[in-house]
This record gives sequence, structure tokens and C-alpha cells, in this order.
Amino acid sequence: MNVPAALRIAGLRKSFGGLVVTDDVSLDIAPGARHALIGPNGAGKTTLVGLLSGVLRPDAGRVLLEGRDVTTLSPGRRARLGLVRSFQVTSLFANLTLLENLLLAVNQRHHAAFALFGRLAARADLIAAAEAILERLRLAELRHQRVAELAYGQQRLVEIGIALALEPRVLLLDEPAAGIPGAEVPLLLEAIASLPDDLALVIIEHDMQVVRQVASLVTVLVQGRVLMTGTPAAVMTSPEVQAVYLGRTGARRFAAEGLHA
Amino acid sequence: MSALPPIPRTSVLRRARMHPAEPLWWGAALAAFFLFPDYLSFGTSVLIMAMLALSLGLVLGFAGVVTLGHAVFFGVGAYTAALLAIGGWTEPVTGALLGGLAATAVALATGPLLLRLHGLPLVLATLALGVVFYEAANKAGWITGGDDGLFGMELAPLLGRYEWTIFGHTQYLYALAWLFAAVVLVRRILASPFGLALEGIRENAPRMRLIGAPVLGQLVVAYAISGFLAGVAGALSAQTTAFVGLQVFALETSVDALLMLVLGGIGSVYGGLVGAPLYMSVKYFTQQWDPHLWKLFVAALLILATLIARGGLVGLLGRLWRRR
Repeated sequence: MNVPAALRIAGLRKSFGGLVVTDDVSLDIAPGARHALIGPNGAGKTTLVGLLSGVLRPDAGRVLLEGRDVTTLSPGRRARLGLVRSFQVTSLFANLTLLENLLLAVNQRHHAAFALFGRLAARADLIAAAEAILERLRLAELRHQRVAELAYGQQRLVEIGIALALEPRVLLLDEPAAGIPGAEVPLLLEAIASLPDDLALVIIEHDMQVVRQVASLVTVLVQGRVLMTGTPAAVMTSPEVQAVYLGRTGARRFAAEGLHA
Repeated sequence: MSALPPIPRTSVLRRARMHPAEPLWWGAALAAFFLFPDYLSFGTSVLIMAMLALSLGLVLGFAGVVTLGHAVFFGVGAYTAALLAIGGWTEPVTGALLGGLAATAVALATGPLLLRLHGLPLVLATLALGVVFYEAANKAGWITGGDDGLFGMELAPLLGRYEWTIFGHTQYLYALAWLFAAVVLVRRILASPFGLALEGIRENAPRMRLIGAPVLGQLVVAYAISGFLAGVAGALSAQTTAFVGLQVFALETSVDALLMLVLGGIGSVYGGLVGAPLYMSVKYFTQQWDPHLWKLFVAALLILATLIARGGLVGLLGRLWRRR
């Protein structure tokens, strides 16, 4: 046997009432992968992230993190084991400063959850770890601002910073670019590019620019099923995918224009 | 490089530093000892209630646990200390510690259930627990003295040297010393990584769970520490007045502590310490002026506090301090 997949998704199935939202999805995410999940609205992307992060329970199928079955574990347990997600809608600690937001995650990661008596201000190791992430996201100058006072785009970056502070083995980014102003997207891309090589990244994204720059593999979900998995170029030129996104006639026009260009 | 904004005064990273106004509070408490020798027993009860408010402030102001059941800890501590003294354990410091530990045991037994709740359901559950303890103490007259309470306890001299006087000198300084130790402890905890985690829970508990934090465990630990301090406060009340009545378990005790915090400032270590003398003085003197209308004054004060002094008196003073 070779190395187990960082994340193995085996036969996942989830329905709400009569509506099947995740229909027998199987995927292997290799260690160090840069894997994008795309699909039209209602394809079941967010449900899949919910199943992977533990917010939802599947009706059938299994989720394995580095060979370990985590299908029934709580989101918190999964985070401790290294399966971490960021949220499409920011969920931060609004009245705390940026640095404190990151320190919450850093402390958790460094087993300081019950450190009752040592002064946090004297824990240079923890503060350095949090500040390193702020530097990486170019937010260091704002470290003592309350998060509620930051621009929304900056809050999105903090959201990702918290995920990074947990030093995940598998990182699920749920539409990280949503709400980030165009000018700040390069910062996001830079942050993603500087992720450790052995970290497996699963990114859900609408912005094809982002997908093209980040992902080495793309999986297309349609109506809860995997339509295809391939390189970004292969997926974007696939007639099937174009048909899903643009409709049959649109795809023909798209292909024709491509020939003239 | 441009100047960084300063670390906010309220940040966990600055909490271990002493604010220049803090010695003023302790100086005033000592000055009161010399200036008002006739009011020492009232002063002692203020210090004890300040300690109860401090303990409530730890869970309410920092972990966001809204409870109306802190009288349970206060009462358990008080009856434990009284029963110990009556039973022959007359050394006061260990008696107070044991009172605190008894309350901690109650916190550890009830916390894991109660702290799964939050908001209004938690308020109601803690309220109900308070009623249960009050009625239980009422019914168990053979141990609590029922309506008559427990009295006639004799304590050994403090540290083997200082006699308990009828003027209350020893009592006042004894309570002040305990309060000081409690403030040091609470500050230390709030300046720690654990203290920041409590604030994270107050701000966004679901997110804390998602980053893998043991939220329930952290809340139970905070609740147990808070229970310990409230239990010690109750024990001090029994020891310094040589009496315990059912009143210690009354809802009014919990509500008083909460109102003191609101007046003084929720979310500040000194909120309870500033609120207690203010609230109790107003209550004490207006009650003497009119036994019925006094509540009007207290109510007006509270409305004033919530309207103009958000963050209580400590918040107001802090803003004035910075504006100099």
C-alpha cells in the first residue's frame, strides 16, 4: 500500500427529505493536493463541505482523514485531528482584536486551552506564531484593531488566518474569495501559495481566475454527483462541463467564438 | 514603519499590568477603616458582596454565562463555614477555604449540566436551582436551623493572634485581605490563555467549538473557580457576622450581586468592587430614610447607569481618565 490519502471520501450520500443533495460522491485528496470543487448553484458543494467538516452527518458513506475514519466525529474533534474549514460567511470574535482572534486558534493548537495561570503576554512562542500569520496576510499593522472595525475583505482574510493558525493537515476553504475586493484577491492567492507543501487543500470557488491559479485538480459537481475530475485546462475545455455551465447552445457559441479568437 | 495602534486597555495582553487608579481603590478601602470606625460591620458586608460580585463577574463578564444562581455557592459556603465552626473547627482561614471548596463541589456537580444551556434557558435553570437550594435549606432545619438560622459560633483568633472584636476591626481587615487575594487570582486567570478562551466563548461559542476548543470543559472550570470565590465570600459572611440565615440562599442575594456588576461595570475586574459600595450605600441609607420608597432610588440609579454609563462606573471613569 502506498501512503493513505490525506482525505478519502467514499460513497457519501445525503438527502434532505426527497431531495438528494450528495449522491454517491467518492474522491481521494492526496497529501499536498490543491483540489478545487466547482459546480453550478445547487450542485451540493456547501453540503459536501458540511459533511466533510462534520457539521452535517451523511446518510451513507465514509470520510477518512489520513486513513482514520472520522465520519461520526464532531467538527471540533476533526479540527483537533487536522481537518479544518473556513466559512463562506465570516464567523469571528467581533469584540476581540485581530491578534486575539488568531491567538485563540494558536492557543488551541498549542494545547494552551487550560493554561490558567501563565500570562499570555509572556508567551512569546504563542504571540510569535499568531503574528507570523498576520504578517503573511499583510495584516500585521492592524493587529490591535477590533475585528468588528475591519473592512469585510480583511475579515475574510482573518477567517482564513484562523484556519491557518490551527496548522491543518487538510484545509477546506469555502469560497474564500467571496466578498474580497478585487484588489485584495492577490493577497489571498499569495496566502494560499505559501501554504505548506504537504498540506492538502480543498477549495470551493466560483471565481475561475482563482481556481485556475490555485488548483492543480478540479472536480465538477452537478446535482450532487461528480461529473468529472481533471486538470483545470481539461475541465474548462470539456464540452460536458461547458454544457452544464452555459447550456448546450451557449456552449456551441462559446466554442465557436473560441475558434475565431 | 508607521506607528502601531496601541494595545487596547481591555486586552488580555495588558490585563496583568496594574492601572494607576487601582491603588486608589485599596487606599480608599483602608481609609474607610480609619475614617468610619462605627460602620465597620457594614463595610465588611460591602467587601463580602464585592467578592461575590467579583466571582459573578468572572463568569458573566468574561465567559458570558448569565446566571441568577450564584447565591447557591454563597449559601453553601456560608453554611459550611458555620457548621464547621459549630462543630469545633474554629480556625477561620481553613474554614473559609473549606466553605469555598464545598461550593466548588456544587459547581462541578451542576456545571456540566447547566452550562450546556445559555441565554434565557440558563437564567431560568440557575434560578430554579437557587429555589431548590433555598427550600432544601428551609426543610432541613435539623442541619441548617431552618428559619432561625445558625448562630452562636465561636472562631479561634485569626492566625492565632487577632481576636474578633465586637467593633469588627479584625473582621474588616480579614475580609479585605481575602478580597485582595481574590482579585489577584481573578486577574491572573484573565491574563492567561485560558482567560482569552473565555472571552472567545463569550463572543462566539459555536466558533470556539469548531476550532476544537473544549468549550464545556472550559466553562465548567471557570464556573468552579467562580463558585469557589462565591463560596469563600459566603463563608466570610458567616464568620464575620457569626450568623447564617436562609437569606444567603435568597434570589435577592444573586440579584444584588448582578446589580452591583451592572452599576460597576460588567467585563471589568473592578466592576464588582466599585459597584458593591455604591449599590450597598444607596440601599443602606435610603432604606433608613424610607423602608418602602428606597427601591425607587436604586431603580433610578440603574436606569441612569444603563443610559449614560455603558460599561458601568468603571467604564465611565475610564473614559474620563483618558480624556484628561
